[in-house]
Amino acid sequence: MSDHYLPSGLPIPVPERNGLSAPFWQGLREDRLRVQRNPRTGVYQFPPQWICHDDQSFDVEWVDVAPHGTIYSWTRVWHPVHPALKEHGPYVVVVVELPHASRVRMLGNLLGDPRQEVEIGAPVEAVFEHHPEAEPPFSLLQWRLSSSGGR
Amino acid sequence: MAKRTMRGEVAAVGVGETAYYKHGQSPEPEFVLCLKAILAAASDAGIDPRDIDGFASYSNDRNDPPSLATALGTHELRFSNMQWGGGGGGGAGAMANAAAAIASGLADCVVVYRALAQGQFGRFGQGPRVNTISGDTALTAPYGQMSPAQWYAPKAMRFMHEHNIGQEALRAIAMASYHHAQANPRAVMYGRPLTEQGYDESRWITEPFHLYDCCMENDGAAAIILVSAERARDLKQTPAFVLGAAIGAGYRVHSTQAGFATPDLASSHFKTVARHMYEMAQVGPKDVDVVQCYENFTGGVLMSLVEHGFFAPEEAMGFLKLENLLAPTGKLPLNTSGGNLAECYMHGLELQIEAVRQIRGQSTSQVPDAKVSLAVAGPMVTPVSTIIFGSEATL
Repeated sequence: MSDHYLPSGLPIPVPERNGLSAPFWQGLREDRLRVQRNPRTGVYQFPPQWICHDDQSFDVEWVDVAPHGTIYSWTRVWHPVHPALKEHGPYVVVVVELPHASRVRMLGNLLGDPRQEVEIGAPVEAVFEHHPEAEPPFSLLQWRLSSSGGR
Repeated sequence: MAKRTMRGEVAAVGVGETAYYKHGQSPEPEFVLCLKAILAAASDAGIDPRDIDGFASYSNDRNDPPSLATALGTHELRFSNMQWGGGGGGGAGAMANAAAAIASGLADCVVVYRALAQGQFGRFGQGPRVNTISGDTALTAPYGQMSPAQWYAPKAMRFMHEHNIGQEALRAIAMASYHHAQANPRAVMYGRPLTEQGYDESRWITEPFHLYDCCMENDGAAAIILVSAERARDLKQTPAFVLGAAIGAGYRVHSTQAGFATPDLASSHFKTVARHMYEMAQVGPKDVDVVQCYENFTGGVLMSLVEHGFFAPEEAMGFLKLENLLAPTGKLPLNTSGGNLAECYMHGLELQIEAVRQIRGQSTSQVPDAKVSLAVAGPMVTPVSTIIFGSEATL
């Protein structure tokens, strides 16, 4: 599929058997970015945990957060380590910080020209990349530079 | 109450290694390599290998102490230890665990070992070959981020961005290792020097790492024997006394795969650890004569040297010049055997051996009269570890 950033054949993300991260992955399928939050303190955490790291309570909630952030760091991968990426050429991986959600960070690809200059601090918005034809179907969280130039 | 410490209580007295091979080229099974390295270390120390009563390793080494003890005819087994997590970051930790066992009376003679024949098992630098994936790895692998170089690159990228550090700093670190390997006949890259041009023209692996910023993968084995300081003085080698060691990481350092989420991303994670090591050792960075600093990737060395207090981030471009990093006369001779980049990737245990050799005066790139010798293990992972050795004069 041409609307996918990377070729098919990479490992497909699925929730753990115990379901810890299932709300996150299900959220992506519904074009929603969901993150854990401590309902008592408002502190967000990602990746998901069984317990709130700030007050050690097992009462953790999943909430929707605005799907945008800023590029905190990045790399451009040139040397593939998976057969699906052989002959593919370079691709960009970005670490994105969500300033409005306790500065949690997420990782994805930066859509667009893989040889583009990447600027730390640049505002980005989420793109929900759906793979309905995959078995099992899944969605990835990708990022593109904000068209508005920031929010 | 007296301060708890093991400063000066334990010494490294024997080092051993097999020949070092390119990955997949070992002519012998990994377990045999491991046995040979341990026997070589016992011979170097001048002890009967059956007197080894403790075994310590790291990174889930496949050669378990009961099997080794059985094979070697060990008289009695008193310490069987694996340092959890952190891959190569556990190298100094295994040394520290061995030293702590001896200092506390759990064991008398402990060997730290690491054996790798990746051709017979799997390679570190390859992505997973599975259909589905869960947990932390699911947050990175589907985006093509699935090897150590790819996981750690954003840490170095951010650090270099924050402190305006250029590629030349990483190049100097790579060239120091290659320079020293040219004097070391054991080194896999012996006879293969690296020039500035060779570095600059080498292909990107993942930015900011060129090919020469990345460690090799090798087959072989290495071992180090530790005993009490008292016994060490009666053995044939000059003892390298353990002055201080520390293991750990700072606040909420995530797994390697989820490392992007670590609050202090642009770190090698030695900020807390180096402080504990220096406190125990009662020395500071200015006292250090020579440094072996694990190069999984040069960016990790850069951050480790900063976090061990050798220079501020803003001074990195001035400090990290090749001439400063070379034995015998550089300001801070670095990776004097060739290290993971150019001697052998024995998961950093070869760096521990080199730190001991510097105290003995046996390095192929000897720092004259080296008294304080630092060996830093596996930056950017969690837990990391670090250890510092001293000569008799430092006690």
